[in-house]
Amino acid sequence: MELLIEGMKKAIEMLLSGDPEIFQITWLTLRVSLTAVLISTLVGIPIGILLGLTRFPGRRLLLIIINIGMGLPPVVAGLWITMLLWRSGPLGDFSLLYSPFAIVLAQILVSLPIIIGLTCSAFQQIDEKMLLQIRALGATKLQSVTLLLREAKIAILAAIIAGFGRVIAEVGAAMMVGGNIRGETRILTTSIVMEVSKGNFDVALALSFLLMSLAFIITFLLTNLQQRNKIQ
Amino acid sequence: MNPIIRLENIHYRNKDRMILSVPQLSIEQGEILGIMGPNGAGKSTLLKTLSCLQAPSAGRIFYHHNALPTKNIPLEQRRKWAVVLQQTLIFDTTVFHNVAAGLKIRHVPRKEIKEKVEFWLEKFGIAHLAKKNAHQLSGGEAQRVNLARALILDPEVLYLDEPFSALDFPTKVKLLKDFKSIIKDTDMTTIFVSHDLTEVKFMTDRLAILMNGEIVQIGSTLDVVTNPNAYSAPFMNEMQLPIEE
Repeated sequence: MELLIEGMKKAIEMLLSGDPEIFQITWLTLRVSLTAVLISTLVGIPIGILLGLTRFPGRRLLLIIINIGMGLPPVVAGLWITMLLWRSGPLGDFSLLYSPFAIVLAQILVSLPIIIGLTCSAFQQIDEKMLLQIRALGATKLQSVTLLLREAKIAILAAIIAGFGRVIAEVGAAMMVGGNIRGETRILTTSIVMEVSKGNFDVALALSFLLMSLAFIITFLLTNLQQRNKIQ
Repeated sequence: MNPIIRLENIHYRNKDRMILSVPQLSIEQGEILGIMGPNGAGKSTLLKTLSCLQAPSAGRIFYHHNALPTKNIPLEQRRKWAVVLQQTLIFDTTVFHNVAAGLKIRHVPRKEIKEKVEFWLEKFGIAHLAKKNAHQLSGGEAQRVNLARALILDPEVLYLDEPFSALDFPTKVKLLKDFKSIIKDTDMTTIFVSHDLTEVKFMTDRLAILMNGEIVQIGSTLDVVTNPNAYSAPFMNEMQLPIEE
């Protein structure tokens, strides 16, 4: 208990001192996570819509793969990205391993299946008669999708929130493909692991507060967007 | 005779089962045609076929003497019609935006949308609900929104699939009266599927009785109701018999 209280005190002191390294780590965490979620959203939602609204041979197999991907262990994702970016790997010539780009790739790999899978479920749950009604109103295909996106807004934003949650909490893959290099690829989760291993619980606690604050702010904004216009 | 819609040898099969078989059906400009029949008779299938929401397995549909493609009809054609489906399907937004949905789809200017929506909300007595979320309406209110959303489009043909079925009797009577006066004012061709004889007698000029996917009798509503033929008589009798313990 003493350790916890002492750690919290030191954490607050550290946060108030305005250490530039901590802000650099926080900024990189935010940049990397938001980029990964944005790309996963832009790619995942159209694929999820397509899978939810259409039927084609092999669709079920694809859904099984996506559902397995929703539970993909981050270290496995990290391993795949490492092999892809390794000097002798297919993208080895670009020297992308141990860079923020590699962390973004690994985070996309873990968040994309979540966004695809949950978007697909949201669209599959839309009443078929609603599709018919929208067609009857004279909507083009694009207008139909826009109207359906609005109908499924809550579920779609839940998918994005879940994807962000997975990304912000991710450590194994980021450690593996980023290398936790000071000033370059060190993000909040990898820093916490490192500080704990060094026995610096106060620093680890301070970083964990920052991580939680980030997660809280982003989730707060997304939840507000999700619940907006729900007129009582 | 100037049919606005004509069906020719329309068949709809689901696997090997014949759901609908209509050798010929003409609907006159400005008339209100009722379609009645027991559950599973093919009423909704006929309505969806007429409104080209469902392609028939065979046959042709003419609109103003022009044959329509039965699959993927052009948007300009679809936008001349309005359909109110059996289930009240309203969007998770305000009443105003629900009623405006079809006009927004047609890229009508915002000012015109506002004027039209206000007019139709007033006409259906739901102007006070304009800012309310449509999912929080009562059955009667939601159905008014549904009908206003269709009528605001000023369609050449209005297709209605049991639009009053979920309403309680007093609400239904009030809405039917309002609705009929609106339809008569606009001289809109209306196809009205129902299983309620009172509604049909009140609303329609002509009545078609559908049994097992086939039209077994068609004529003026009064004629069909008072002089049902051998095929439609059992159904009509059932409709009019008082229920006794």
